Amino acid sequence: MSFKKMHAAFASLIIFFASNMYADTPTSSNTIKVNAAFEFNSIDPSVSGYLYTRMQVLETLVDVNADGNLTAGLATSWTTSDDGLTWSINLRPDVVFHNGQKMTVKDVISSLKVAKRKQGPLKSAPIDSILAGDQGELVISLTKPYKVLPAALAHYSTSILPAKSYSFDDKLTELVGTGPYKMYEFKPPHKLVVEKFDQYWGQVASVPFASYLTGHRAEARVLQARSGQADIVFGLDPAAAPMLARSNRVEIIQSKLPRTLVLKVNAAHPFLKEVQARQALSLAIERKGISMAVLRTPDSATTQLLPSSMSNWFIPNAPKVDKDLDQARALLKEIGWEENSDGILQRDGQPFALHLITYADRPELTTVATALQAQWKKLGVDLKVDITNSSAIPAGHQDGTLNLALIARNYGFIVDPLLTLIKDFGQESGGDWGSMNWHNPQIQVALKGLVNENNPDRYRATAQAFAEAVATELPVIPIASYTQQTSVNKRIEGFRFDPFERNFYLNKITIK
Amino acid sequence: MKDLLFKRFIQLIMVAWGVGTLTFILMRSLPGDMAYRLAASRYGQDNFDSSTAELIRHELKLDQSAWSAYFSWLGDLLQLNLGNSMVSDLPVMDTLSHMLGHSLLLAGVGMIIAILLAFPLGLWAAKYGGWADRLTLLFSTSVRALPVFVIGVLLILVFSLELELLPVAGFGTPAHLILPSLALAISLAAVSSRIIRNEAKRVFNSSFFEFAQIKGLSTRKAFQRHGWRNLLVPVIAFFAIQLITVVEGVVMIESLFSWPGIGHGLAHAIFARDIPIIQGAALLMGIMFVVLNTLVDIISYYLDPRIKQEFSE
Repeated sequence: MSFKKMHAAFASLIIFFASNMYADTPTSSNTIKVNAAFEFNSIDPSVSGYLYTRMQVLETLVDVNADGNLTAGLATSWTTSDDGLTWSINLRPDVVFHNGQKMTVKDVISSLKVAKRKQGPLKSAPIDSILAGDQGELVISLTKPYKVLPAALAHYSTSILPAKSYSFDDKLTELVGTGPYKMYEFKPPHKLVVEKFDQYWGQVASVPFASYLTGHRAEARVLQARSGQADIVFGLDPAAAPMLARSNRVEIIQSKLPRTLVLKVNAAHPFLKEVQARQALSLAIERKGISMAVLRTPDSATTQLLPSSMSNWFIPNAPKVDKDLDQARALLKEIGWEENSDGILQRDGQPFALHLITYADRPELTTVATALQAQWKKLGVDLKVDITNSSAIPAGHQDGTLNLALIARNYGFIVDPLLTLIKDFGQESGGDWGSMNWHNPQIQVALKGLVNENNPDRYRATAQAFAEAVATELPVIPIASYTQQTSVNKRIEGFRFDPFERNFYLNKITIK
Repeated sequence: MKDLLFKRFIQLIMVAWGVGTLTFILMRSLPGDMAYRLAASRYGQDNFDSSTAELIRHELKLDQSAWSAYFSWLGDLLQLNLGNSMVSDLPVMDTLSHMLGHSLLLAGVGMIIAILLAFPLGLWAAKYGGWADRLTLLFSTSVRALPVFVIGVLLILVFSLELELLPVAGFGTPAHLILPSLALAISLAAVSSRIIRNEAKRVFNSSFFEFAQIKGLSTRKAFQRHGWRNLLVPVIAFFAIQLITVVEGVVMIESLFSWPGIGHGLAHAIFARDIPIIQGAALLMGIMFVVLNTLVDIISYYLDPRIKQEFSE
């Protein structure tokens, strides 16, 4: 066979194979193309539900607006009894699942019962029973009052699916939701395509398809945005955003997130147990430098755990903490640390050496960790940095071996930050992603008591006291808040960013 | 021929058992608590803590002894059941066939383009020598010096951003296949063109080739009748080895182009300690290695009469 013939044969073979393998796919003119870093690997809402609520396949009983207020979702209203032990939830009528079946209270009960048995905020809720009321409403009985129940019902793990979607052992057999888009193609862990659902109870989508593609590499995501092959790209590398903004094809949107970069501190460690030591370490951090050079958002430096948008938990006129090495040295001297001939602090013959772990899932963590290493060296603290898997942090917390950990904690994971805060700070042993051996029983008890607090003034006073205690005693050391950089192609209109990252609002988008 | 196939079949069974067992031992001896690793991978960093890890330990029976875990795997394997992924709970076979299918598609097309590039380059360099040889050497060395990732980015810059002809990343249409397979092919051809050049040179300088020309055949005829076969035997063996390394080792290309291949999947499974996926992938790749070697043997058997003789003796 001659070369020419061989070439032609190979070429036709490829075209034949490829065109047969890929038939009937949505086109670029009828699809909103979304790209972000996270993978998905299951149809189970308790595992990968964050993607299905964002792509608007699944919906929850309760929704959240941009200010963090709870709004009606598949439930139209909810009330609690005077003793706070019974919640009555009215369901939206005329909601149809993607399989054409009407949503009933039985489906809701089944979904919530499964969610209670699986990973998610309902697991720890004091639920006694979930039943149907006389008027077709949902009745949830509790063993003790739990004010944050509606916030838990806005979490993706509590999405509503038909009762028959689950097998006897709680395994989900198919993903059928109620949202404006239904499943079209499911190729974990990279690609999901959804198709508009015409019988949606709310605003029906105007764009027929939407696709999600996992973009592992930040460089590839930027290139996707720049070439116009992705309409919405989340999680842009801050360094690349200004270059991308110069392109006349896209618009860059910066949005504050309720996620904070914090240092988790083992307050029982011999070098970290005095509050002066933690304050000195905090004073030696060049937060402005980190926020400018690493995060590229100069106003993201913070000494507070929660953002100003969560006003109950934010101290409005807190004094700004700037880097002050002299004061930091003075504080350490107070508790007996002296500089040795190598420039390292020493006490009772022991050098001030600490071990910090962080994880590589978020590239900025590694850079910030090494920045801390350099900044604390000026103070005389010898910091060893270990980049590992995120699971080493809860494991190190449990076995008590952890010194310090640099983490990016999402306080908006459940809309009301209270549940996350109780988990992280509510007990002396602390939480896997929060304090560790921090002793302040008064604040810890008060914090846990907030799940029953109905008086908004008392609620705010306790929340403020907690924020003050964190700022002064530093059970964790906040460094910076997060800003999400998103690129949106100018061919689409109506994009809205959800700071709680629950929804991409695809049904509100139109293609020009 | 029957002997050859029987030998390879025995090898296949030994490889399947050996690779599976070795991966099992290696994965068990890695540091870190498996339940925590799996919890982090399954639920994501925002949604897991130690209680999730305990839930997973209970659900997946991770506290059972290593022996009982090993024998239950072996028992499943005998029934050709690779189990379910510990992270996604999807059948290992489905996950692997999705990933392996894409890897083979990428590797196969990459290989074909590499062959189309490497043969003309190698033969050209061998035939004309001098500048042609030095030029192809320069091409090979410079391409080999670049990580395949950089070749990918360069191709994206030219074909996607400047010319706007091809998609940057993704899969699902033939257009998506072009850039990743081209990046792969260029990097492969850089080496294989040199192998072809060396083999072709060996053939051109051999006494049998000279004899063929002396007896009156033109260079072209001599090459067609006597050159090809002699050149192909070592080259095919080299391509087979290259294909295996391509299937398992193009993690960078796969992440850059969001291509759902087995290299990337395997790397993630190792981070997550998803043992069924790791064992399944290692097993399939081991089997592929044997099958491919058998194919090479069969091709060589027909190409090289000396092997036929060896088996018939």
